[in-house]
Amino acid sequence: MFLSEATPSGFFFLAPWLVFLPVIGLLINIIFGGRFSEKVIGTVASLASGAAFVVSVLLAWSVAAGHGGAVSVPFAEWIHIGGLELDWTFRVDSLSTTMMLVVSGVGTLIHIYAIGYMHEDVRFKNDPGRFRRFFVFLNLFIAMMMILVSGDSYLMLFVGWEGVGLCSFLLIGFWYEMDTLARPSWANSNAAKKAFVTNRVGDFGFLIAGFIMFWAFGSFQFDEVFEAAHSVAPGVIVAITLFMLVGVAGKSAQIPLYVWLPDAMAGPTPVSALIHAATMVTAGVYLVTRSAELYMLVPQAQYIVAMTGAITALFAATIAVGQYDIKKVLAYSTISQLGFMVAAVGMGAFVAGMFHLVTHAFFKALLFLSAGSVILGLERGHHHAAHGHHDDHGKGKKGKRKEEHHEEEHHEVFDPGDMRNMGGLRKTMPVTFWLYMIGTLALAGIFPFAGFWSKDEILLDASLHYPTVYVLLSIAAFFTAFYMGRQIWMVFFGEARHEAAAHAEESKPIITVPLMVLAALSLLGGALNLPFEGFHNLGHWLEYTLHEVEALPLDLKVAGISTVLALTAILISWLIYGRNPLKAGQIDPLKRPLGFLFTGMENKWFVDEGYFAVIINPFKKLSQFLADVVDWRFWHDFVHDTIIAGTYNWFSNIALNVYADQKGIDAFANWLGDATQSLSGAMRKVQNGFVRSYALSVLLGVVLIVGYLILK
Amino acid sequence: MSLELILFLILALVAIATAIGMLFSHNAVYSALFLVLNFVTVAVFYLLLGAPFIAMAQITVYAGAIMVLFLFVIMLLGAERLPDTRVLPWQRPLAIGLAFVLAVESVYLLVTKARPVGDILPPEATVNAVENLRMLGTTLFRYYLLPFEVTSILLLVAMVGAIVLTRKEKGEQK
Amino acid sequence: MVPVEYYIILSAILFTIGVTGVLIRRNALIIFMSIELMLNAANLAIVAFSSALKSFSGQIFVFFVIAVAAAEVAVGLALIVEIFKSKHSIDVDQMSSLKG
Repeated sequence: MFLSEATPSGFFFLAPWLVFLPVIGLLINIIFGGRFSEKVIGTVASLASGAAFVVSVLLAWSVAAGHGGAVSVPFAEWIHIGGLELDWTFRVDSLSTTMMLVVSGVGTLIHIYAIGYMHEDVRFKNDPGRFRRFFVFLNLFIAMMMILVSGDSYLMLFVGWEGVGLCSFLLIGFWYEMDTLARPSWANSNAAKKAFVTNRVGDFGFLIAGFIMFWAFGSFQFDEVFEAAHSVAPGVIVAITLFMLVGVAGKSAQIPLYVWLPDAMAGPTPVSALIHAATMVTAGVYLVTRSAELYMLVPQAQYIVAMTGAITALFAATIAVGQYDIKKVLAYSTISQLGFMVAAVGMGAFVAGMFHLVTHAFFKALLFLSAGSVILGLERGHHHAAHGHHDDHGKGKKGKRKEEHHEEEHHEVFDPGDMRNMGGLRKTMPVTFWLYMIGTLALAGIFPFAGFWSKDEILLDASLHYPTVYVLLSIAAFFTAFYMGRQIWMVFFGEARHEAAAHAEESKPIITVPLMVLAALSLLGGALNLPFEGFHNLGHWLEYTLHEVEALPLDLKVAGISTVLALTAILISWLIYGRNPLKAGQIDPLKRPLGFLFTGMENKWFVDEGYFAVIINPFKKLSQFLADVVDWRFWHDFVHDTIIAGTYNWFSNIALNVYADQKGIDAFANWLGDATQSLSGAMRKVQNGFVRSYALSVLLGVVLIVGYLILK
Repeated sequence: MSLELILFLILALVAIATAIGMLFSHNAVYSALFLVLNFVTVAVFYLLLGAPFIAMAQITVYAGAIMVLFLFVIMLLGAERLPDTRVLPWQRPLAIGLAFVLAVESVYLLVTKARPVGDILPPEATVNAVENLRMLGTTLFRYYLLPFEVTSILLLVAMVGAIVLTRKEKGEQK
Repeated sequence: MVPVEYYIILSAILFTIGVTGVLIRRNALIIFMSIELMLNAANLAIVAFSSALKSFSGQIFVFFVIAVAAAEVAVGLALIVEIFKSKHSIDVDQMSSLKG
C-alpha cells in the first residue's frame, strides 16, 4: 500500500469530491426534497457532509503515506486569456487536510444535531416547510468551505471565501422576516446584511492584497507567490500582508470589523456553531497560516497582526462579561478566542494557532450546541407552562404529527436565550449541564482539557517573543474564565427565575449524542499536540507545509500562571454569582460596583453606535442627498424634464409645430387652396351662361386661325 | 363694265342691304321680311350662275317654306319686340369689331392667296333649264343616291322630332 | 364676266353679317335667321365655284344643304317654341342658368 514518493498516488484523486459530495447532497435536497420527510432530508445532508469527512480522512492518510508532500490535483481550467492562466486546482497537503478534517468532522456532527434542533425550531416558528432549506444551505456552506481550504491559489481561496460569506448571509437571515423572538421584524435580515457588508469591507482588503500580489508576482498560486516573494521589495510584502489582515479582520471578526458576529447570533444555533465558531471564522486564521512564508518576511506586519489579535481578545472578553444572552456571551467569547488565534499566527506560532483553531472548534461547537439545547429546553418548558398539561410536545418523537403552536396565546414576549430567565437547569437538563461544563472547562483552559494545551502554547510563545501580547492575552484568559463561570452559575445553578426554566426538559438523543462526541474531543483533543518531546503530533504534521516550526516544551511557569488565573477567575465568579444565586428580576451584581464600566460592557462599548454615527448615518444621508437632490431634483427634474424634455417639447411644439408646420407648411397649403379658389373664381366668370359670349369666343378663335393662315 | 357686272353689283348691294336690315331691325317681322328679300336676291344670283333649279328650290323652300315657318313662330310667340336691356355691354362692340376683322381677313386671304379659277361664263352655256334639271337628276340618283336617301330620313326625323318636341300633355294648347 | 372672286367676297360679307347677327342680337329667332343667312352665304360660294369649275357637284351639294337647312329649321323652331313655353321669353340672355 505504500507508494513511492516520486509519483503521488493514493486517494488524491478523490480531492474534488470534497466539494462535490456536499453539492450533490444539496442538489438532491433541492430537487427531491419536497417529497422527503425531515428525517430523510437531514440524513441526506449529513451523509453528504459525512462522505466529505471520509474523503478528508482518506486524503489525510494519503498525505501521511506520501510523507507529507503537498500534492496538487488539477481539476478544471478556468480563465485562459492570452498569457493568463488561472485554474481550479486542489491542493492536498498537511495544512489543508487539517482544515478539511475539522470542517467536515465538526460539520457532520452539527448536521446530525441540526436534524433534531431544526425539527423543533421550525415548529416553534410555525414554518415546517423551511426545514429543507436549512440543510441545503448547510451543505452549500460545507462545499464552499471546502473550496476555500482546498484551493491551490489565493484565487480559489477567495472564491471559497466569498462563498462562505454568502452562506453566512443566507443562514444568519434564515428566519428573515422575524427577529430572534419570532416577532415580525427586520432584525434578522438586518443582521444578515450587516454580516455581509462588514465581510465585504474585509473582502475589499483581501482583493487589494490580491491585486498587489498579481501585479508584483503575476500569479495567485501559492508556490509561485511564495517563491517570488523573496525577490521583491519588502514594502510590497508589507502591503500585501496588511491588506490581507483587513480581510482576516472581516472574516475572523477582529477589531474593527468584528461587529457582525454578535448580531449573527440571530441565526439558528447550528449556524452559530458551525459557521461562527468552528469553521468560517477560522478561515482568516487559515489564510494567515497559509501565507506564513509571506508573513515571516515582514516582522513589522507580524507585530501588527499579533497586536490586533491580542487587543481584540481582551476587548471582546470584557464585553462578554456584561452580556445577558447566552449566545451573545459565546459570540464574544468566539471573537476573543479568534483574537488568541490571530495573535498566535501573528507572532509566528502557526502551529499554536492551528492547534487552538482545532480545539476551539471542538469546545466552541460543543458550547454553542449545548446552548442550543438549553434554549430548546426553555422553549419546551415555556410551552408546557403555557399549555398547562398540554403534552403534545414529547421528547424525541419524530414523525409526522400535527402540532398546534399557538404562539399568539403567549401574550408575554419570552426570550428563551436570556440568562436572566434561566437558573437551576442543572436539575432539569442534567446531560446538557455536564456537556456544557466540559465545554466551559475546555474554554477556560483548565488542565487537562483541550483548551488548556492549545491556549497554553500560545501564551508560552507570547511570553517568549512578545511580552505585551502575553500580558494582554493573559488578562483576556482571566476574563474568559470569569464570564464562563458567570454563565455556568447563572444558567445551571440557583433557582429557576422563570416558569419556563422550571419546566424545562432535556433534549432528545439526536441532539445530545453529537454533543457527547464533541465533549470527548474537547476532553482528549489536547493529545493533538502535547508539549512533550515526541508528542508534537500537530506540529510535525504541519511542519510538512510550514517548514519552520518551533516545538516548545512545556513551561511550567507559564502553565502555572495561566491555570492560577483561570481558577481565580472562576472563584471570583462563584463568589459573585454562584454563592448568592440571582433571583428573578434582580439586576446584575456587578452593575453597582463597576458602574459605568459595566454599562460599557453591557452595551458593547457602544461600538455599533459609533459606527452608525460616524459611518452609516452620514452614508445614508449622502445617499439620500444623492438620490433626492442630485438624481431626482437635479438630474431628473431639471436636466431631464426641464432641459431635455422641455427643449424637445419647445422644439417640437413651437419650432416645428407652430412655425414650421402651422405657419410654414399649413400656410403654404392654405395659400395654395385659396389661390386655386380665387383663380377658379375668377375663371368661373368666363362661363356666364350667355350663349352669345360663347359664340364670341368661337369667332375669336376663327379669327385667330385665319390670321395664322394669312401669316403662314 | 359689262351688263353682268353691273347687275351683279346692284344685286350685291341689295343683298348686303337686306342682310344689314335684317340685322338691325327691331321688329322681328321686319327682319324676317328682309331676309326673304335676301333669299330672293340670292336666288337671282343662282340664276346668274346657271343653276336654275337651285334658284327655284331656294325660293320655294327657303323663302317660301322656311321663312313662312319663321313668320308663323314669330307671330305665335309674339316676339316682335323685345325690351332693350343691356346685359353684356362689351359684347356688341367686340362682336362687330371681330366680325369686321374676319371680313377683312377673308377678303385679304382670298385676294392674295387664292388661285385663279376662272371667270363665270355667261348663262347661255347652261341656260337650258330642262337640260340642267335632267343632269341634276341623273347626277343625283347616279352618284349621290346614299346622301339622298339619308337626307330623306333626315327629313323624316325632323318631322317626327318637331312633332314630338311640341307634343303637349292633354289640356294645353299647342 | 363676273370673276369668281367677286362672288366669294360677297359671300364672305354676307357670312360676316350673319356672324354679327348671331353675336349681337338677343332674340333667338333673329339669331336663327342669321344662321340661315350664313348658310346661304356658304351656298352662294359653293354655287359660284361650281359654275366656275363646271362641276355639277356643287349644285347637288347645295341641294342637300337646302334640304338639311329645312329640317334643321323645323326642329330648331320646335325647340324655340318649347323654350318659350317654359321661360315665356326667347331672349337668349335669359337662358343663362348654365352659368358657372
